Amino acid sequence: MLSIDQETYDAIVAHAKRDHPDEACGVVAGPAGSDRPERMVEMVNAAGSPTFYEFDSLELLALYKDMDARDEEPVVIYHSHTATEAYPSRTDIGLASEPNAHYVLVSTREHGNNDGPVEFRSYRIQDGEVTEEEVAVVPARDPQPDPQSDPEPDPEPVPESARRT
Amino acid sequence: MAIEVRIPTILRTYTGGEKAVTADGSSLSALIDDLEASHPGIKERLVEDSDSGTDLRRFVNVYVNDEDVRFIGGLEAELADGDQVVVLPAVAGG
Repeated sequence: MLSIDQETYDAIVAHAKRDHPDEACGVVAGPAGSDRPERMVEMVNAAGSPTFYEFDSLELLALYKDMDARDEEPVVIYHSHTATEAYPSRTDIGLASEPNAHYVLVSTREHGNNDGPVEFRSYRIQDGEVTEEEVAVVPARDPQPDPQSDPEPDPEPVPESARRT
Repeated sequence: MAIEVRIPTILRTYTGGEKAVTADGSSLSALIDDLEASHPGIKERLVEDSDSGTDLRRFVNVYVNDEDVRFIGGLEAELADGDQVVVLPAVAGG
């Protein structure tokens, strides 16, 4: 199951609507091993295409270096489909290379740039196998220290009871 | 000569889970051959046959000291002791 906070969910949908009819793409990074998508990073679709997306190669390197420095990993990798359903295409499956990530697909085919509901679905893609999973939208994520201003790990772990899962 | 090579998650099955390994080579091509000798199978994931011989796979990015090798000679890119090589699969799809 993918558990994602409302603000991040809304931001992914807004990005997809804004870039329609081109595909939008990005990641939501989170602490390594946490499975918590916390830090959304919109990426430029270097392909600038309604049928393909690709992170720019130098931006991809910068993203991964930044995640490494923060001890993060890409918890969610998202992109939009602008004319088809929110299901991984053959190309998506062939190129999926983060076996631990949740691959989120948003389809803007119904309402394009305008308000209105979108399909928002999540998948695991491992060894060419696609498994759809439930998406749980939670009200807000745990408060986290800003890693930019506070590089030390939080000395007071959030108690289990305070976590929304 | 020692060159650090950062290995992406998906290829760590070839490196016993290691995130980074060291290898030798005066060009990227030679480095990949050296990697293959220590980590059999990895070369096939990085390069493919093409009309002109062998090329980097289209959806594999390799960087030498933060430069995309496609802009500095591809497989013929020159390497020197202390260089850092990063391998990252493209994040792409349709």
